[in-house]
Amino acid sequence: MNDATNHLLSGWLVLLPILIPFATSGFIFLFRKQLSGKGLQLQQQIGVFASGAHLVVSLLLLQQVIAHDMLNVQSSNWPVPFGISFVADGLSSLMVVIVSVMALAVNIYSLSDIDKLRQHFAFQPVYLLLIAALSGAFLTGDLFNLYVWFEILLISSFVLLSLGNTRAQLRGAVNYVLINLIASSLFLAATGLIYGYTGALNMADIAVQLSTLPQGIVTVIAVLFLVAFGMKAALFPLFFWLPPAYPAPPIAISAIFAGLLTKVGVYALIRVFTLFFVYDVSFTHTILLWLSGFTIIVGVLSAIVQDDIRKIVSFHLIAQVGYMVAGLAFYTDLGLRATIFYFIEDIVIMTNLFLITGLIARYGGSFKLSKLGNLYRDKPYLAIFFAISAFSLGGIPPLSGFWAKFMIIQASFAGGNILFTLVLLFGAFITLYSMARIWQHAFLKTSENKTLSLEEGNLTQSKRNFYIPVVALTALTLLISFWPQPFYTLSKQVSSQLLSPQNYIEHMFSEQNTASPFKVKESKGEGH
Amino acid sequence: MILNSIILQTATRILIALLLLLSIWLMIRGHNLPGGGFIGGLVGACACALYTISYGVKKAREALRLEPRIMIGLGLTLAFLSGLISLFLGDPFLTGQWIKIYIFGTLVKIGSPMFFDIGVYFVVIGVTLAMIFALEELEFDYQPSSEADK
Repeated sequence: MNDATNHLLSGWLVLLPILIPFATSGFIFLFRKQLSGKGLQLQQQIGVFASGAHLVVSLLLLQQVIAHDMLNVQSSNWPVPFGISFVADGLSSLMVVIVSVMALAVNIYSLSDIDKLRQHFAFQPVYLLLIAALSGAFLTGDLFNLYVWFEILLISSFVLLSLGNTRAQLRGAVNYVLINLIASSLFLAATGLIYGYTGALNMADIAVQLSTLPQGIVTVIAVLFLVAFGMKAALFPLFFWLPPAYPAPPIAISAIFAGLLTKVGVYALIRVFTLFFVYDVSFTHTILLWLSGFTIIVGVLSAIVQDDIRKIVSFHLIAQVGYMVAGLAFYTDLGLRATIFYFIEDIVIMTNLFLITGLIARYGGSFKLSKLGNLYRDKPYLAIFFAISAFSLGGIPPLSGFWAKFMIIQASFAGGNILFTLVLLFGAFITLYSMARIWQHAFLKTSENKTLSLEEGNLTQSKRNFYIPVVALTALTLLISFWPQPFYTLSKQVSSQLLSPQNYIEHMFSEQNTASPFKVKESKGEGH
Repeated sequence: MILNSIILQTATRILIALLLLLSIWLMIRGHNLPGGGFIGGLVGACACALYTISYGVKKAREALRLEPRIMIGLGLTLAFLSGLISLFLGDPFLTGQWIKIYIFGTLVKIGSPMFFDIGVYFVVIGVTLAMIFALEELEFDYQPSSEADK
């Protein structure tokens, strides 16, 4: 294979994680007519198959990116500063792999968890659209295109959130949409400012152009982005929309939101604060550090007073985002490495915790700690799955959460930031306490309530669908716990890539990308 | 909700044809001039909305023949396939591919961006109508869910 063909093939590989769920979503919208029985089943089978295909291409993409450092494609064949680029660097492709693993797991879980009515109302197509939007947001190399993916994400998540029209769902959804629309407008305004000052939307181009602007303007734009993405990531002052919204829909939807949606905000923060705003680190990244500290403290403290398990886990979700942003705020190799590792292990744990919470509620008949009990006696396997995820979240040594927290604390020590290290330790300690509280109330406590069996709910499919994803994600947690080396190496590679934005820029402006489409056509003619 | 007005119904029969023609014209014009699938789709949806207001949802669904959801699916699939054409010609996704044909001696260019626009057109009509139908039908179907107070 010659170079041009290689470039072309890798380009299609970059787009496939977006195209597969997107095309499938459009295609299964067509099965509306016979949704009762066979049509619905076919829709579900195709949906799960598409999630599987998504996983395969994402893994291929990651493998190619590890080998070649960075891949990109110019959609519509427009040359670099003008067309929309899709770029798969280490961070993007890693995130896409995580998305695809979670998407497949939750999709299998949803087969049994999502009731028939919701399945009828286009759960599966909208879910796939969400996955396409997530992949798109991670893979795009164009700031305005990132905005578009955020909007698709917002629309599809809004549909998933309000599907079923229960009162709690609508209450959460209104909060969610309102705050996200404000965040989106800020994002758009900041993008407009950048475009107005530099005339650039391609991320690499912006990174080059911003260095010529006066520092004051750049800092203002940086703070605008910080607020916009901070809302999406549920950082400290603007996290209040999350706790009412995430627990409201059926647990499968909560799980995919918890695992992935706020992480898009964190991803965007990482992208802009390692590529664009790296000139006034002492100002911008200090703000990030403060925000992450408060996020951790407020998140864990709010969690310990909740009674609803979903709310407890939601507040911990917020606190965990604080830990991830902390690594970015240090802006050192150690810190970013920790953030990337945190991404890998935390998304697995969070999604799994929500899935297990769903099972707890199905057995115990309630989400409230005060009403649960007996589960350790009646469902010992579930207790083990919960314990592994929960104590990993709390950072108990051999488990994956320990490695992640250890890395963050190490980075904090290396930065000489003793007070912040104490905040990190405090957060981990309270997390552990709060997990022990769930353990005590839901599993150990004896109560008069009878443990239900799964068949008593109106299940659409077999209960195997509940356990396959939970077992798989628990196994993944154990894999990261006992064999962290490959994940650590990967995080190291990704973080070193993030800390040298020069490579990113050079890659995007390489000959192959900036050549005009007409020249490409000619050279291809000669080849034949 | 049906406005049983003869004036509106008579006017609709003339207007709907004009609006639909306008929407198609806007869509095709959109390649080089203001217009395109999105705007054309909105005008097309206006035509159907007008019909819905004067004759009611049931008749509008009959006249439309395709369910709005199916239209969304068709549109998305068509837009996706139009981008896929370039795969077989060795270009990145969505690269415009054109063929020139002569119809009665006039040069006509047909390209993949046109099919993309047609896809967008269908998606916009489908989404808009799905919302309008849902709002119009709401008063008949609405039943508060039993889960509401959980």
